[in-house]
Amino acid sequence: MKSAVIVFPGSNRDHDMIVALTKLSGQAPEIVWHKDTAIPDVDLVVIPGGFSYGDYLRAGAIAARSPIMDAVRDHAAKGGYVLGVCNGFQILTEAGLLPGVLMRNASLKFVCREVKLEVINNQTPFTSGYEAGQIIRCPVAHHDGNYFTDAETLKSIEDNGQVAFRYAEGTNINGSLNDIAGVFNAEKNVLGLMPHPENLIESAHGGVDGQGLFNGLLKAVA
Amino acid sequence: MKARVTVTLKSGVLDPQGQAIGGSLKSLGFDGVGAVRQGKIFDIELDETDLSQARSKLTAMCEKLLANTVIENYTIETSH
Repeated sequence: MKSAVIVFPGSNRDHDMIVALTKLSGQAPEIVWHKDTAIPDVDLVVIPGGFSYGDYLRAGAIAARSPIMDAVRDHAAKGGYVLGVCNGFQILTEAGLLPGVLMRNASLKFVCREVKLEVINNQTPFTSGYEAGQIIRCPVAHHDGNYFTDAETLKSIEDNGQVAFRYAEGTNINGSLNDIAGVFNAEKNVLGLMPHPENLIESAHGGVDGQGLFNGLLKAVA
Repeated sequence: MKARVTVTLKSGVLDPQGQAIGGSLKSLGFDGVGAVRQGKIFDIELDETDLSQARSKLTAMCEKLLANTVIENYTIETSH
């Protein structure tokens, strides 16, 4: 699987993602700077976690208007896979590539811990490595992960199978509507999630529950 | 021309920051404080003399960047 990781000023989980992609796909991703306007020919574009532009204005707002985002939009429009983790999820919602918005955690606290996620829709390339209803462990680290959208959009994403993951077993740590931790676009080739699957892919991490996401994509592009 | 853009959360959108600020006002002893909602103000200097041109530029700024219209409303005031 060929992949690219987009780097913004303030990205800080880019190297974790590069390590995970290199280890699991066997090839190092291309690194693309936010001021670039083209993305090499790849299967998967990843927007990693961090604090792009210091979360100024709103988390992800300024990065979502970076020059590279038109190329990300083109990649998605052509059916290419796009994954946004944490700040990457915030950027994808601000860019209009995913529905909804990530607001300040209801507790107003930055939360760094492990949560449980339920896999809701496993009929997608991102989630086919898991069973539907499977509960996995995953680390989170964010201040703005409180998923919100209007009632009409919420109903439509629920009805269209666009909810990828929900916080499970009482671990909704940010107040997200319907315990939503990750959503797809309507076509299911763009996924954003607040938890960090790239941080749970080898025994040194304390578990490998995050591998399923990468394995599903590897299978899809094979 | 000078403009002031005010961005506020739409009604019905949970505002935990506003709630915390309201709680703090009450704990400081201010009586009769009801709901508190917080927002943002942008003061923008514009190189533009035509009012309708300015307003259409400012509206585009709000729609494209200053407000996230999923959760936020905006108002625009202009002055010379």
